[in-house]
Amino acid sequence: MSNVLEVKNIEKYYGNKSNLTKAIDGISFNVEMGEFVGIMGASGSGKTTLLNCISTIDRVTAGKIIINNQDITKLKGNKLNKFRREELGFIFQDFNLLDTLTAYENIALALTIQKVNPHEIDKKVKEVAEKLEISNILNKYPYQISGGQKQRVASARAIITNPKMVLADEPTGALDSKSARQLLETFEHLNKNLGATILMVTHDAFTASYAERIIFIKDGKIFNELIKGEDTRKQFFEKIIEVQTLLGGDLNDVI
Amino acid sequence: MLFKLSVRNMKKSFKDYAIYFLTLVLAVAIFYMFNSLDSQQAMLEVSQSTRSMIQLMIQLLGMISVFIAIVLGFLIVYANNFLINRRKREFGIYMTLGMGRRQISSIILLETILVGILSLFVGILVGVFASQFMSILVAKLFEADMSEYTFVFSSDSCIKTCIYFAVMYLAVIIFNTLTISRYKLINLLTAVRKNEKIRMKNPIISILVFIISVILLGYAYYLVTGGVYELNTEEKLLTPIIMGIVGTVGVFWSLSGFILRIIQTRKNIYLKGTNMFVLRQLNNKINTNIASMSIICLMLFMTISALSSSLSIQSALDSQLEKFTPVDVNLYKSAYLPESYVNSYTEQTVYYTEEQREDSKKPVSYTLETNGYDMNTLKDIVEIPIYAIPEWTFKYSLGNYFETAKKQFSMITYDTPESIIKISDYNKIAKIYGEEQYTLNDDEYIVLCDFEQMINIRNEALKESSNIQINGKTYHSKYNECKDGFIYMATTEMNAGIILVPDNFEIADEYIEEYLLVANYNADTDEGKQEIENTLIGSGDTEFFENVREKGIDLDGSSRISIVESSKGLATIIIFIAIYLGIIFLIASSAILALKQLTESSDNKQRYTILRKIGCDEKMINQALFRQIFVFFMMPLILAMIHSIFGIKFILSMLEVLASPDELLPSIIVTAIIIGVIYGLYFLATYFGSKNIIKEEE
Repeated sequence: MSNVLEVKNIEKYYGNKSNLTKAIDGISFNVEMGEFVGIMGASGSGKTTLLNCISTIDRVTAGKIIINNQDITKLKGNKLNKFRREELGFIFQDFNLLDTLTAYENIALALTIQKVNPHEIDKKVKEVAEKLEISNILNKYPYQISGGQKQRVASARAIITNPKMVLADEPTGALDSKSARQLLETFEHLNKNLGATILMVTHDAFTASYAERIIFIKDGKIFNELIKGEDTRKQFFEKIIEVQTLLGGDLNDVI
Repeated sequence: MLFKLSVRNMKKSFKDYAIYFLTLVLAVAIFYMFNSLDSQQAMLEVSQSTRSMIQLMIQLLGMISVFIAIVLGFLIVYANNFLINRRKREFGIYMTLGMGRRQISSIILLETILVGILSLFVGILVGVFASQFMSILVAKLFEADMSEYTFVFSSDSCIKTCIYFAVMYLAVIIFNTLTISRYKLINLLTAVRKNEKIRMKNPIISILVFIISVILLGYAYYLVTGGVYELNTEEKLLTPIIMGIVGTVGVFWSLSGFILRIIQTRKNIYLKGTNMFVLRQLNNKINTNIASMSIICLMLFMTISALSSSLSIQSALDSQLEKFTPVDVNLYKSAYLPESYVNSYTEQTVYYTEEQREDSKKPVSYTLETNGYDMNTLKDIVEIPIYAIPEWTFKYSLGNYFETAKKQFSMITYDTPESIIKISDYNKIAKIYGEEQYTLNDDEYIVLCDFEQMINIRNEALKESSNIQINGKTYHSKYNECKDGFIYMATTEMNAGIILVPDNFEIADEYIEEYLLVANYNADTDEGKQEIENTLIGSGDTEFFENVREKGIDLDGSSRISIVESSKGLATIIIFIAIYLGIIFLIASSAILALKQLTESSDNKQRYTILRKIGCDEKMINQALFRQIFVFFMMPLILAMIHSIFGIKFILSMLEVLASPDELLPSIIVTAIIIGVIYGLYFLATYFGSKNIIKEEE
């Protein structure tokens, strides 16, 4: 299988010579097409910095990030924006839906800024809404729908452009457990049935247990890697907890 | 320490201060300019009679300045309040660090004083230079001699400006201290995030309201233009005003929803780039700002109407004056005075002396010569007698139509005898005036009239029957309507009626009512003419005139110079007041609009951050922001411009000034430049301010 993402020995430093913080200190890994990968770590471990670097929001100090055979660390300015717009989809913890737009319009916006033909947009939005079971709330405003629904609208916005990879940053962070479960099932559906490649950052073991492979990060380095393989979710979850204990994650992270 | 903090704060939040500072500087500059008028060079160069007009104007402007100061005071407090609100969080942090309210107040006090002093300084500097330009305008309006240019600085105006603005800043300081003392720490720290409610309207109601508003406005427009002659009472005038206001509010209430609905149905526009986002932003913004948008629109409307109509009154008056002052001087005196007459007010009998009566039998030139006036100063002299016979009154002229006219216009005196001029006499005048000359058959007469109301009455009468019996002969009007024309120079149409009769019309000399002398000054230059004017009429107080009056001779006259000056003086007062108020209104509305836009910047910031996150590049974002602010600024302006088309028409028709499009165009261009510059400045300041705010890192 071809690699969608290749992270090669990246480093990210903050601060100056006298007070240097290594947020990422030599991380390398690959994500294959159609994979569902989780990145776990305590707060301050560097996982969000990693995601920011992959999502082109932040720049690395050293190393290469290759997405779909393109080294994004070499892209600049509008090319970078174009790349982000066309190759990546984002799902954020706080949904990031525009409060002045309806759900339909929020989803469509991802296409309109790519200058997609207006006639195709309507069809595509309805299609993706159907798949995510949000057809009935398309004409509602964000303040009229629940958190889970908002996150599904955000998911729809992330995948409607057919991105090479969907990047999710703590997608369940602002959801109650029922909504979180629903959303994760949606992710599973996106991944298994629609072939979406998903890279999800979380510190929550339950959320992580929906991924197929988990990369653990501690102090800017890869600490461990878990593959679900033939395990059931429960077994996988237990394994995750074990690693977390090793990691020294605090008890609060365990459900 | 606090001083350092204040200075640093100002530097840091310079972009926030930009609009506040701009408003202060403009306000100070305008205030200085209009209060320094009296010491401007042009004012020193104008003639004596104009000076009294200028004195009146300066008094009026002084009184208006008080009103202006109040308006500006409110504006400055409002603008300052915006700044304080933007910095709530900063103050919250100071408070958590243990700073007391008093210390925070003193920081703000220092900042206010610093900004105040700086803006006063810059504003007066701008005002001093701008008033040099205004001096040129004044010179043009008053036709003052500006060949020797000197730079003028008015210390009086400077001191007055400083005092007025010091009082305003004091108000700001008091207001700030009150605001700070009411703050609670928790509110200060969490002030940043306060989501406005998204109010959505039913689209069908929006469309309905929009249509009704447009109909209301259309009808109001009709009332002030097509149906303007029906608007003869104050109550009737209120109808279009109320309709206009309601219509304006209605348009802003419904417009964005209406446009949104229309564009939504056109998918290829709606679903293109950031159009959808911009439209929704506007819809949201206009919906939450209906009241201020309406007020701003109406203020702009007043500004545009006041500026352009006052400027076009000037140009219309100019061309009108040219028509009604065809020669340099008119002199006239009552002829064939009786031995005595009874003054109708004092009921006393007044006797005329033999000398007076003798003089009154001679033409004007006789009076001039016998009183030692140098006739060589006059040229193109034409003298005519104007007759009046007791039986040929206005009532008699009207004939059968009199009863109808009396009922409709009861205020007119119908018993006054008509002024009668023989046709060849009139033709002499018409020739020098450059008016049309007429011929008459023995049984014909012509009515000359240019006063609109009188024309209407006389035309009705002439249509019915124009036969007049005089001296046993029947005369009829040559035309079935009045002819346009006049005998006496004036500022505007004032001839209520003159009858032209054939030369063989039998009339004795004792029926001569008045002698008229029409002449030009025998000089080629303006200075030469002014010199002659000063020896002959002046402002009615020359040696010659006093001499004649002392003898009891009822000589009077009017000159082109005096008519032009008095009429221009009046027009100029109107223009200055209109420009003054107009510009202040303009500054106020632009500043409020700009601050409104910036106030919502924190919400906008969040939204633009989302756009950036989902992959919009800076170019798209700036474009979206630009469009949003542009439309937000243009909406009230465009509606105000539409209002103004009808407003200006109404003002001009009220003042009975006929301005052709050619005459209107320059004043509209000047108005557009003034509005373009001030409004444009605020627009740019808002755009760059907003851009800066949405760029800020989280």
